[in-house]
Amino acid sequence: MNPELQGREFAPTAPYLVGREKVREFARAVFATNPINLDVDAARAAGHADIVAPPTFAVVVQEHTLAQLLAEPDAGIDFSRVVHGDQRFTSTRPIVAGDELTATLTVSSVKTLGAHSMVTAESVITDAEGAHVVTAISTLVVRGDD
Amino acid sequence: MPETAAAPAAPDFDALAVGDIVAERAFHLTRDSLVRYAGASGDFNPIHYRDDVAASVGLPGVLAHGMLTMGLAVQPVVDWAGDPARVADYQVRFTRPVVVDPEAGADVSVTAKVGQLDAEARAVRVDLTVSFEGATVLGKAQVRVVLA
Repeated sequence: MNPELQGREFAPTAPYLVGREKVREFARAVFATNPINLDVDAARAAGHADIVAPPTFAVVVQEHTLAQLLAEPDAGIDFSRVVHGDQRFTSTRPIVAGDELTATLTVSSVKTLGAHSMVTAESVITDAEGAHVVTAISTLVVRGDD
Repeated sequence: MPETAAAPAAPDFDALAVGDIVAERAFHLTRDSLVRYAGASGDFNPIHYRDDVAASVGLPGVLAHGMLTMGLAVQPVVDWAGDPARVADYQVRFTRPVVVDPEAGADVSVTAKVGQLDAEARAVRVDLTVSFEGATVLGKAQVRVVLA
């Protein structure tokens, strides 16, 4: 992997409109049972504008930034050798149906450990007003030749 | 029709102690669960639904998406907290794969325990133990829940 990736900031992704049915679909896929994830009336009764996305929903938006990283011509990342090492979501507020989200990726670190490389990618996700919603941080391990 | 907005009752912060088990749940995953998650998340890596592709890259079988395991493991905590919006931070390390048998599926169990209490922020660090076939599959799985 190219060590010069460290510190690189990518262009913001195109705005992603969070659809209500997409939130429901994702919620069901992760076995969510909380009515605030599924039922508009329950969400509004709890003070939310619309149904609230599950805590890991931001991965759907983050995915677009990781695609940018893997497609970077000089990155030297072989997708078939990539393993997900760890993941974190740090929120300012929850994602709610109707949000329009933009993600900006920065490669915060590139490390080499023997034959393996580790890249930490930080995607800052903001809403239509530019306010911070959630930061998604992934560490990807790229396995070297065994 | 005016209705009083009311968030679901939050757990009583002052009644919590480090070590308390706040939630437990078992999940049964099938290949259908993986296809459903692939569609919902947009992660169509074939190692999560094709045995031939999984075998060709040396895997013991079709694996659950790590992000599916992460996504479901927090659900007992969401239900305990009452409102998904109370989850402020969530992190995991992927340490072992969950192999999903085409017929038998895979059984994943989650135990959520109070790891740390921050009285000033009225925040709870909930530590998750997520197991498959008797071994943990996530490391450092921590959820920060704000009950303020």
